[in-house]
Amino acid sequence: MIAELGAFALILAFVLSIAQAALSAAGRVRNSAALTGAGEGAAAGAFIGVAAAFAALVHAFVTSDFSVVNVAANSHTAQPLFYKITGAWGSHEGSMLLWCLALTGYGAVVALTGRGLPWRLKATTVAVQGGLGVLFLGYTVFASNPLLRAASPAIEGASLNPLLQDPFFAIHPPFLYSGYVGMSVVFSLGVAALVEGRVDAAWARWVRPWSLVAWSLLTIGITLGSFWSYYVLGWGGWWAWDPVENASFMPWLVATALLHSATVTEKRGAMAAWTVFLALLAFTFSMLGAFLVRSGILTSVHAFALEPKRGILLLDILGVAAGSGFALFAWRAPSLPPGGLFAPISRESGLLLNNLFLSAATVSVLFGTLYPLIAQAAFGAAVSVGPPYFNLVFGSLMAAVLLILPIGPLMAWKRGELAGVLQRLWWAALAAVVAGALVFAFHEPRKAFAGAGVALAVWLIGGTLTELAERARLGRTSLGESGRRLRVLPRGAWGMTFAHIGLGVFLLGAAIDGTGKMETAKVMAVGDQIDAGGGYHLSLDQVGQVDGPNYVAQRGTLSVTRNGKPVCTATPERHFYPAGGQSTSKVALCLRGVSDVYVVFGEQRMGSGGAPGWLVRVYWNPWARMIFLGPLLMALGGGISLSDRRLRLGLPRRATQTRGAAAMEPAE
Amino acid sequence: MRLGGLLAVLGALACLAAAEDPADQLPNPAQEAHARALFKEIRCVVCQNESIDDSEAEVAGNLRQAVRAQVAEGRSDHQIKAYLVQRYGEFILLRPVFSPGNALLWIGPFLIVLAGAGVLAFRTRRAPVPEARLTDAEEAKLRELNDF
Repeated sequence: MIAELGAFALILAFVLSIAQAALSAAGRVRNSAALTGAGEGAAAGAFIGVAAAFAALVHAFVTSDFSVVNVAANSHTAQPLFYKITGAWGSHEGSMLLWCLALTGYGAVVALTGRGLPWRLKATTVAVQGGLGVLFLGYTVFASNPLLRAASPAIEGASLNPLLQDPFFAIHPPFLYSGYVGMSVVFSLGVAALVEGRVDAAWARWVRPWSLVAWSLLTIGITLGSFWSYYVLGWGGWWAWDPVENASFMPWLVATALLHSATVTEKRGAMAAWTVFLALLAFTFSMLGAFLVRSGILTSVHAFALEPKRGILLLDILGVAAGSGFALFAWRAPSLPPGGLFAPISRESGLLLNNLFLSAATVSVLFGTLYPLIAQAAFGAAVSVGPPYFNLVFGSLMAAVLLILPIGPLMAWKRGELAGVLQRLWWAALAAVVAGALVFAFHEPRKAFAGAGVALAVWLIGGTLTELAERARLGRTSLGESGRRLRVLPRGAWGMTFAHIGLGVFLLGAAIDGTGKMETAKVMAVGDQIDAGGGYHLSLDQVGQVDGPNYVAQRGTLSVTRNGKPVCTATPERHFYPAGGQSTSKVALCLRGVSDVYVVFGEQRMGSGGAPGWLVRVYWNPWARMIFLGPLLMALGGGISLSDRRLRLGLPRRATQTRGAAAMEPAE
Repeated sequence: MRLGGLLAVLGALACLAAAEDPADQLPNPAQEAHARALFKEIRCVVCQNESIDDSEAEVAGNLRQAVRAQVAEGRSDHQIKAYLVQRYGEFILLRPVFSPGNALLWIGPFLIVLAGAGVLAFRTRRAPVPEARLTDAEEAKLRELNDF
């Protein structure tokens, strides 16, 4: 019964989305506050409907209602409660419902809180958001309904894929989807701005918080997913340039460019058309990702429920939404008023260069991801594009972004002075060169990439700290005065500082881990020792049997010593899930500072001398944790920036009135 | 790294990194390291999207053996790749070759940088920035801001 109620609520939400789009648009055309108000009510109603449907799906999973097809395919009675709940979004259908939940949720928030937004702009935004809701809810109701009943209920479910039964996996989709779909608000605002013919600082001030929310959530989502693949897949890698990973990375790159260009539009009124373009593009890439992942058009290790029919529907949605958005852009953008002028050497130009290289980097990811398809269609050639391509092309374009990054924030708006800025950065440059040279000289194995990566990271962190010191007038005024200056620094400036330092931290980790990783493997019997390099030795003390809730496991207990001193005990496991007949391995991580001793317990083999042995693999992953710490710092920066008084949702109009001087602040 | 995406084939990933199986390694560590570096550029042709360094599939194992054998014989990377391409086609190379057909892939992103820079240069040349002039009131405000 509850599943039927959920299905009904879902259909209701679909109808309410139609009402939301129609009423808001009609209200905008007729200048009727009653109609737009009704549209806002419909937006809230659509969210409540989807939330009810989602709750019904979770209920079906929790109660193991195997008469619901989706539950039977993705759950099992023996599964722990936590994974029963997360199984609700572990499938194509369930994850699309999660997508719709986020979409209507954002729509409701815009409808109910956007009081400061000019009412015409708001009505159009809510209408466009409703239109997107119609597309995606229509898809979910008619082509991908997770609440459908089976003709004959199954007795037992097929179980969620064991690899997905992991806390990090379980929580990363909600972040990821909130990020992807958060771009829909930016998209709707972009379309509304084109319709209203109004792209100005006030509009940009609205785009920034929404893109910050989406960007921060997406950053967390990608990081959690990356960490999950790091410690669950058992190969110690954290990014494989797989099409599905790229699909999540491209919207992130575009959103990053958007955050920067929206700054220029907000502060200087310049680059307005470009900012709108990126606003449309960010959600387009989100939708492209949804299509690529779900259509099975690209071969990925993360192969999805591959159904060409649904893939084509998603492509249609992408075509309709993005197509009309960009058609509108082509029509209206040329008539947008030109923004403020700026000299070739200025902060605007710095941000423009950032956008140029970020766009090219996005294109390299897009090209690399789609090229196998293009080559197949154009000249019938089967070509692979793998990590070596991305590391080289994307890496060199991003290196350019990182090189100019510290210079931009030190530059004055409108007309800057390069020589003066470089003068202030000399110590950061010196520190970068020295650090790079030291790493190149002493880091084993000697790799140019490690030296270059560390040098860029130090340049980045040093440059960002220089900018902070400049704002505090450190050394040129009393310490107390500097402290006071830091305390009154706008949150947005702190956000930028955290995000840029986070990027540097990430890069340090990526450079050192990427080149210094050591792997050893050995068939070990109980009592055997393995030399993992770096002074680390592991000995296999015992192997035991463990019974989990829905698996049985073999657990190895290894004591880890460094130069003879005990460091930690690693207990990697090998799980067997009888429900699906799959085995997975549970990696043991022994955290050493920001580095990991990473232990994988493999299959049983005959060891030396006929005793039973197990294949044990040990990785030394130096500085690996910085790869995940950095992006979290970046997301934290997004959050801090979001708490800036000027950007707080709902406040902008008042802020512009009471703080007319805001545009003159030297903020980021 | 998208959610539900990880269904069908992920089972194979659970036991990745088959390449370091001690039973197969070359006795010469330098040659072994060389072979491992090559593995990362060679696709496991039957897998979804993995290099032979990662895959546990049988084909990947055979390819690793073939590559190790050729490395041990002292053949160059170029010769080994040519041998693989001849047998399996370009599909096997994870780093696409730089050929006229693939030129757009390799230089396309850099062309975008050039084109973008060209457009920007053109626009800034057309629109010289007038010297900013502040009114007296703005000057006063600026002084006030600078003082705090």
